[in-house]
Amino acid sequence: MALINFINAAILAGTPLLLATLGEILTEKSGQLNLGVEGMMYMGAIASLAAAWYSEQYLAPGAIAAVIATVFAFLAGALGALIYAFLTITLRANQNVTGLTLSIFGTGFAKFFGEILSKKAGGYITCAEPTKAAFAKLDLGGLSELPVLGKLIFSYNFLVYLAFSAALLLALFFRKTRVGLKLRAVGEDPAAADASAIAVIRYKYLATVIGGGLCGLGGMYMSMVNQKGIWVPECVSGYGWLAVALVIFATWSPLRAIYCAIIFGALTILSLYLQIPGLDLQLYGMLPYLVTIFVLIFTSIKQKREFMMPKSCGVNYFREER
Amino acid sequence: MAKPRLRMEEISKRFADVQALSAVDLDLYDSEILALLGENGSGKSSLMNVLSGLYSPDSGKIFIDEKEVEIQKPADAYALKIAMIHQHFKLVETLTAAENIILSDPENGLLNRREVEKRIADMAKFYGFDIDPKAKVYKMSISERQRLEIIKALYRGAEILVLDEPTAVLTPQESQRLFAILRKMREQGKSIIIITHKLDEVLSLSDRVLILRKGERVGCLETAKTNPRELGEALVGRRLDLEIKRPEIANKSDCLFVNKLTCLDELGREVLKKISFDVQKGEILGIAGIAKSGQKELCEAISGLHPVAGGSILLRQVRDGIEVDENLVGLSPREIIDRGISLAFVPEDRLGMGLAPSLDLIDNVSLKTYENKRGFLVDREEPKKIAAGLVEELDIATPSLETPIKSLSGGNVQKVLVGREIHSAPELLIVAYPVRGLDINSSLTIYKMLNQQKEKQVAIIFIGEDLDVLMSLSDRLMILANGQNMGIVDPRIYSKEAIGLMMTGKTLAEVDQLIADDAPELIEAKASFKHTGENIYAGGQDEQ
Amino acid sequence: MNNNRRLRWQLVKRRPLSQAKVLLLYLLAIFTALLLGALLLLAIGHNPLIVYKQILTGSLATPTAFKETIKITIPLLLCGIAVAISFKLKFWNIGAEGQILFGATAAMIAPIYLPNLPSTLKLILMAVLAIVAGGLYALIPAFFKVRWGTNETLFTLMLNYIALQLLRFLQYQETWQDIGTKFPKIRPLGDSEVLPRLFGVQIGWVIALVLAVFFYIYLKRSKHGFEIAIVGDSINTAKYSGMNVKTIIMRTIFISGAVSGLVGYLNVAGTDYALTESTAGGVGFMAITVAWLAALNPLGMIPVAFGLSILQKGSLSIQSTLGIPASAANLLSGLILFSVLGSEFFRNYQLRLRRNTETGSSGKGDFKAETEHLPYQKEARDGLN
Repeated sequence: MALINFINAAILAGTPLLLATLGEILTEKSGQLNLGVEGMMYMGAIASLAAAWYSEQYLAPGAIAAVIATVFAFLAGALGALIYAFLTITLRANQNVTGLTLSIFGTGFAKFFGEILSKKAGGYITCAEPTKAAFAKLDLGGLSELPVLGKLIFSYNFLVYLAFSAALLLALFFRKTRVGLKLRAVGEDPAAADASAIAVIRYKYLATVIGGGLCGLGGMYMSMVNQKGIWVPECVSGYGWLAVALVIFATWSPLRAIYCAIIFGALTILSLYLQIPGLDLQLYGMLPYLVTIFVLIFTSIKQKREFMMPKSCGVNYFREER
Repeated sequence: MAKPRLRMEEISKRFADVQALSAVDLDLYDSEILALLGENGSGKSSLMNVLSGLYSPDSGKIFIDEKEVEIQKPADAYALKIAMIHQHFKLVETLTAAENIILSDPENGLLNRREVEKRIADMAKFYGFDIDPKAKVYKMSISERQRLEIIKALYRGAEILVLDEPTAVLTPQESQRLFAILRKMREQGKSIIIITHKLDEVLSLSDRVLILRKGERVGCLETAKTNPRELGEALVGRRLDLEIKRPEIANKSDCLFVNKLTCLDELGREVLKKISFDVQKGEILGIAGIAKSGQKELCEAISGLHPVAGGSILLRQVRDGIEVDENLVGLSPREIIDRGISLAFVPEDRLGMGLAPSLDLIDNVSLKTYENKRGFLVDREEPKKIAAGLVEELDIATPSLETPIKSLSGGNVQKVLVGREIHSAPELLIVAYPVRGLDINSSLTIYKMLNQQKEKQVAIIFIGEDLDVLMSLSDRLMILANGQNMGIVDPRIYSKEAIGLMMTGKTLAEVDQLIADDAPELIEAKASFKHTGENIYAGGQDEQ
Repeated sequence: MNNNRRLRWQLVKRRPLSQAKVLLLYLLAIFTALLLGALLLLAIGHNPLIVYKQILTGSLATPTAFKETIKITIPLLLCGIAVAISFKLKFWNIGAEGQILFGATAAMIAPIYLPNLPSTLKLILMAVLAIVAGGLYALIPAFFKVRWGTNETLFTLMLNYIALQLLRFLQYQETWQDIGTKFPKIRPLGDSEVLPRLFGVQIGWVIALVLAVFFYIYLKRSKHGFEIAIVGDSINTAKYSGMNVKTIIMRTIFISGAVSGLVGYLNVAGTDYALTESTAGGVGFMAITVAWLAALNPLGMIPVAFGLSILQKGSLSIQSTLGIPASAANLLSGLILFSVLGSEFFRNYQLRLRRNTETGSSGKGDFKAETEHLPYQKEARDGLN
């Protein structure tokens, strides 16, 4: 039972990572290396909270507020990505620096509006119970009561199911659709894609912006689920960066992203389930980052052609340079 | 004859300092293979790039089926059923053959790989070759990729197919297979333009030949009614007097011995196969060959930039008054410099290897010498003088000495590079395509500089593409084909045709046999042919 | 003759702009960012002019405020230099934050394990420890980068978190802990363990200015700087020139980390007098902004770091006086960098309305022409191959 509880907790902890990783996979598949995931997650985190809070004021708490929050989380992440896309795709700015700036900007953006909102809400901002409930475990009736499977599969909030479906859809998109194939071509070799009359710029914009939206949803998870609808200024705390690393571990595959995210979710909660005598809590805290580094090194030593970053990733494309 | 399917009228295109095309006309009919013949730089590729939407012409009109059309971008050409197969294939390497073909289909629904794979296999079978639609492109050989490009063009319904030097990277057998495919396509009513500079291909394949020279249309001949002589003359014109002198140096001495040099590329294929030759101080050894015959690897191996798989590179050095042959194999560029060997190399990729594009002239001049003076700081005064000297001497057009190299024009960039290398007073000077992209005056300046170096007892390896120049400048000419040494000839004796045959893979021995069988066009003066065997080192085939 | 010849926008490459025009464009970009910031302030119901004025007065008007601003400038300037050194190599070191913390942590070894050393000696030892530790901490990802091409961006970033966790771990270790409080805290520095002041601000500002000048010369005029420029520009050219690319990368990144380590030391021994979780306090990230806004030029970083410090200090003051969150500083500096990044495009290109006519581009290839056709250089090379 302890193991099942542990897996359950790992999946819950890994879901925001999964959402952001999927967003970044989509982005990188188009050849854009957006290091602004942390920023976009922050933007999603605050936008969802603000949207939920305002919906509560003007509409009603509960599911409606949750839906509006989700929409705004997506839009906020997409907005961050749009800034990035405009600067790098249209104005050909350096992708690394622009992404880093987006991380700084997004963090500042969230903290700024978080404080303003907190002040408006009279000290600190927190969602009403019905809204919180909408982000809590879904009521799936008897299903959740099933032995083992109930806990393992049927006892999550809606974002978990959303994230897993997104992973499946994205996998199908890349493998089974022509648009997905074309997007991969854009990221691998934009000149060849261009020669095949694919609208390279449009593909890049769309992938980046939708990818940013997914990161925004990941951010929403941090504020609405992990922090239970209370604004905590440090709520994203490096998850965005872990997601960028997870893209590498998942070798740009949405399906592999699922188990990579669960493993990392497990690492972040391991200390609660497995205490090793003599190993301090703080050293446990290093674990996800240490593992990240080891996997980074390992994947760089053992490179395989199919599992590599889309070839044009990080390099701006413009037709005239052909 | 019927109405032309394609008509290009008075197409002109000018690049920075070169008129690439001046009012060129072209007609193309159904079921026809038109050969576009011309030397490097004659404007063949430019003309076809205009047709495929890569370049927009400065002036001129294009008609398809007598209707004027505008081709602004590749998609326009595509819509007009024009497909161009570039020398650098436009394929996504991590995708499969079938996936690459699907890419160019504007439809956006679900993928049905199986259906496309079957269609591809059927098409390939029809045209008489096989292709694995499931294979990833990066695992395919060059000729497989080329066939994939052809299938891709046919799949999207191309009626006009342009191939840019398709045989440059193929073996003779592969070329023959390609020609069979092209003939089959002609049977199907397709119109094909093949860019080439090889006479035998023109004669065996085409219906008509359009000849370009220095951006101008020389004429259009019917293949059946012409002969190699006529074509050759149209192609090169009268043998040009380029005002290039070939000073005779009296006291040559040994400098470089390359013995059975073998190099591999990243994929482990042999790009240089047991090459042997020597260079003397006070001579220019020219190296001729079609593109990618191993020239790049040869230069880089000698300069310590490409790993050597076998053989030796011996450079004669005087150490403490004694002559020793130092083996350069395994030495890095730094180690070569540290051993006091002064070797200069003008690489083909000027901005990617020879120069630092974002830095200014002064820094670029000091690239190899910045370590020479002691101390913490880089000395800018000395290189500044040198840079100013080069600007003056070579007439380099630059706003200032502090201008980043990348904002200079191609010709000026090259002058900086060659100037710097020559200024280092080398014993051995390797120059790869030093006049590419340069106007005639700059080119002549470079040749003059090379001759001056020769007179200063420098050993020079000169890799070029213009045979006229190679033959006028070199004391001996080595011909590379497929990474092999086909032989070293005296360019005063052998004719351009003979060298051309060797470039396409005939050994010196075979050429000599042809001459013996009475092919007088292969030598300039029959009288002087007799003694070639004695004083010219003929490396290559027999060595292996 | 044909009416499908239409007007279209075309990107045209500019000739290099004059220094003055580049500066003007730059200022224009900053102005645009401030304008966007003003709109934002308006939207949340504040008069932007009052806010901007308060930012200036709150950071410069009184000697105390001015000194505080300088205090913020020191780490920003130095860390900007550190980041610039690695960015010059196109080594995307975003681990300055961790290098600062790791350096600061190493510096604490001296006061904690050798409390009885004479003051000056202890301070020097702390500095050496911080510098070496910061350098080594940066060297780890550099080693893997040159050996296997391991992604340095993520590697350096992960090391940030590891340095932070290490610090948290030490907070619970008896030797390091402050016995005075209940909270886990590392023991603060004593009077003999802190840096002296000059004109009321810790001596670090002198060090920062000296190093700014030094690294300006280092990058611009020294042999090392020359090698950094070449490797950053083209690795093949560096190899061709006989440079040992791997050594150059490792040496440079060590120096970059060492400077960050020094920042950690100055923050601990000069500003905070203690090692805390906020010793780095986002400096490592803000430094990226500093470096890029100054176009990686250490001298240019002096005004840039000062300007951003005004923003940071001023934001603290608008928080207390106007109730606007201090994180406005991060928001605004993000906007400024976005705006400057975008403006760089217009340094190289301009938009032109062009009619596609048959003779439209005659004379285009004229070498002396004011503008060049964008594809010209590449095309010219391709076209003649």
